Formats: sequence, C-alpha cells, structure tokens
Amino acid sequence: MGLLLRCEHVDFGYENQDAVIDVSLEVNTGDYICIVGENGSGKSTLMKGILGLLKPTAGHIEVSEELKRAGIGYLPQQTEVQKDFPATVFEVVISGCLGKRGNRPFYSAKEREAARANLERLGIGELRKSCFRELSGGQKQRVLIARALCATDKLLVLDEPITGLDPSAIQDFYQLIRKLNREENVAILMVSHDVANIVHHADKILHLKQKPLFWGNMRDYVKSQAAREFLGDREEDNI
Amino acid sequence: MIHVVTEMLSYPFLVRALLGGLMVSLCASLLGVSLVLKRYSMIGDGLSHVSFGSLSVALAVGWSPLTVSIPVVVLAAFFLLRITENGRMRSDAAIAMISASALAIGIIVTSLTTGMTTDVSSYMFGSILAMSRDDVRLAAVLSVIVLGLFLFCYNKVFAVTFDESFAKATGVNVSVYNILIAVLTAVTIVLGMRMMGAMLISSLIIFPSITAMRIFKSFGGVVVASGILSVVCFFIGMMFSYVYSTPAGASVVVVNLAFFLLFSLFQVISQHGKKKS
Repeated sequence: MGLLLRCEHVDFGYENQDAVIDVSLEVNTGDYICIVGENGSGKSTLMKGILGLLKPTAGHIEVSEELKRAGIGYLPQQTEVQKDFPATVFEVVISGCLGKRGNRPFYSAKEREAARANLERLGIGELRKSCFRELSGGQKQRVLIARALCATDKLLVLDEPITGLDPSAIQDFYQLIRKLNREENVAILMVSHDVANIVHHADKILHLKQKPLFWGNMRDYVKSQAAREFLGDREEDNI
Repeated sequence: MIHVVTEMLSYPFLVRALLGGLMVSLCASLLGVSLVLKRYSMIGDGLSHVSFGSLSVALAVGWSPLTVSIPVVVLAAFFLLRITENGRMRSDAAIAMISASALAIGIIVTSLTTGMTTDVSSYMFGSILAMSRDDVRLAAVLSVIVLGLFLFCYNKVFAVTFDESFAKATGVNVSVYNILIAVLTAVTIVLGMRMMGAMLISSLIIFPSITAMRIFKSFGGVVVASGILSVVCFFIGMMFSYVYSTPAGASVVVVNLAFFLLFSLFQVISQHGKKKS
C-alpha cells in the first residue's frame, strides 16, 4: 500500500476565521474515501486544501512524489461557463495532461495516445470528436473523469459529483467509480452529501462539521453516534 | 474592387488605418474568445469608457495620449478583473458604474478645457485619421505578443478558459494568464479606441467570437475562425466606409453584425436539417 497523501492536524481558514479544524487523514493507493457533512461544514474548504489551492493555517500536508509531479486528478463541479463552451471532447480530455507538460507548448504523441486510451477506458471513445456542450449530463461527467485520469490515475478527487445528474446517470456514475477503484486501483476521494448511496460504496469516511466527527471505516461509521444523527435525519427526510 | 483597394492604398493615412486596424482587430478577436467564454465581455466595454476618460484628461493636460491612457486602463483592467473574481460586488453593476463615472469625468474635463468640439465626437465614434505611426508600431508589437500567447500557450489558454479550478489543481498559474489577458485587452482597447470610437470598440472583442461560435464546435476552430472573421469584417467595413463615406468604426461594426446574422441563419438551417434527417 503506497501512501498518496497525509494530512496531520491541519486547519484551514479564511481571514481569521477557521473553516476546518484539526483534520488528520491518510489516503493510500486503492482507497475509496468519502467526505460528508452538512452545507458549510468545511468540506469544500478541506478539498481545496488537499488540492493545494489553499495553504493550511496550521498542521502539515504530505504529498507523495508521484502526485507532486502530475498533480491530482480533479473533477470539479461543472460551471456555468461550460454549459455552452465550444470544445470537442478530445480537447477537454487532453487538457488533463497539462500538469505534466510544464512549459513545453504542444502535446506529444504519447499524450494524445493517453487521452485516447482514457476515452476508451470510460467507454466514450466514439464521442471523441463530439461537441462537449451537446452531451448529456452523464456523458459530460465521463469526459471530465477521463480528463482527470489524464493527469494521474493514482488519485481522483471528486467534488459533489452527482449534482445535476438524473437518477439513472447517478447509478451509472457510482458503478463507474467502483470499477475504477476495484479493477484499476484508482484511489477515490469524494466530497458528497449523498450519504444514502455512499454508505454502500465507500470504504472509509470522514464526517466533518468544522472538526472531524468521525474518521474511519464505513462499517464502524454506520454504528456510530455521528452517523445515527446524520443518517437518521436523512431517512426521515426520505419518508 | 481591386481598383478601390489600390486607390485606398495611395493615401498614407488610410494605409496606417488599415494596417493598425487589422492588427488591433485580430488581437481583439483572439482575446475576445477567452473573455466572452468567461463571461467577461463587459470588461471590454468598461475599459473603453475608462480609456475615453483618461484620453480626455491627457488631452486637457497636454500629455501624450498613449502614455497616460495605457497605464490607467491597465490599472482599471486589474481592478475590474479583481471585482469580477472576488464576487464581493455584483460585477455587472460595478462595471457599469465605472464606465459611467469614467465617461462623466472625461466629458467634464473636456467641456471645462477645450469645450465640446469635434474631438470629443471623434473619440466617441472614432476617426479614420487617428492612427499615428507610433500607434501602428505599438499595434505590431501587441499582435506579436498576442499571437505568441495563442500559439505557444494555446493549451493553457484553453485550460484557464474552460475550467479555472481544474487548471489550478494541475499546477497552471491561472492568475498570471488572467492578468496577461486583461493587460493585453487594455492595450488593445486603448490602441483601437480612437479609430473605432469608445462606444464601438468593444464590438471588435465580442462579435467575432460570438459569430464563430454559431458554427464551430471546437475551441481551436472558434479561435482560428474568429481571427479570420475579424480581419475580413474589418477590411470589408473599411472599404464600405471609403466607398460610401460612412464613419469607419460604425461601418466595421455593421459588417460584423451582418456576418453574425449570416452565421446565425446558417446555424438555424443546419440544425433544422439535422432534425429532419
């Protein structure tokens, strides 16, 4: 098991205000980790910190050499800009290779090959020349995952990935992620509020409410106090 | 037609206007692809008004227009970019406020000093005589930089335009590119403004990319097409202006509009055809 990323007692905040306090967590090769919590619980802030977009105000983040070189495969939430963006699927996917390029201006044949391979891997090879804005929500998501895999296939970080997907696309999505995780050993770190589905998929969970309420295996989490309150509420909502 | 072109090229001021204008149009259209897609179109409009304000002040004080305008407009570009990025204030409102204020200051300064002369009107709506030799030189330097940016940093420009957060996470220095694009836009606007007019210059930024997006589906296609469109529209507009003695800036805008309508029509027809088949 290779260590990919380790946070030790990290705090994150904006202008004297702490958004995340004292989080310790470890991501190893092949992990499937989920970060849950209510809105404003600091999930997104922690995620930005892990991606290196925000400096920790306290504590220490250790990143493996491999991730430092290639960057982290990141699936951000889809933005307004992308809805009518003129770009082919291939243009989007190959932009994932950018982190490895440094300052060299053009993509090499190897990188084109990698982009093509990742498209095939996600079953969207035939969409290569299609226009990104004309795809369905689920197809767009696959394209963006392929892009993230071009950056690295060690760790995939997903930010609220199921927002805006229809129910059947959501199930497809979870199956795809599970396949990448189980069969290809891609470590998954997902921020989500879809707890009902996640308890069936993820192996480890971090429940955040500014401070971590729970960090550990999913089996233990389901029995914990934190989960009972959180999941209990959800189930009542569902009824 | 060839006869008209050779006749036009026999006037040195027209040669300067054509050369400078073509280069400014090309720069504006390339930068415009990124600005329009990032929903920053209004920045171009705001900057043109700031440019008008600073130009009026420069004229009143008697300094050279470019040395005052370029730093002021570049500063304004930084400022507009920051308020758009931070989202503390509604950016469209902020830009409208800045535009109107700069315009108001410019008008007051002008009316206090020289009075409302034809100079003001030519700043507002452009004048074919405005391109000086220095302007053309600066336009040449600018287009080398802009073309270099789009040639050698094309993939980064794409990444920054398409998805800033992903670009950041893969280690692209996003703010450097944003600032670079804002500064180059500022210089483009200052250079083009006196010829196209403060009220019309932003169309050079917006029209070509919007028109190209009607038909082209890839980012590369849109960039190349809007570059070509801008050059073609500018040239046709200038010829129209020469033949029918219409104002140059306005003629170029109307040609741009015509191409936009033509491309939109083409888009509607091709979509209709797809549905049928």
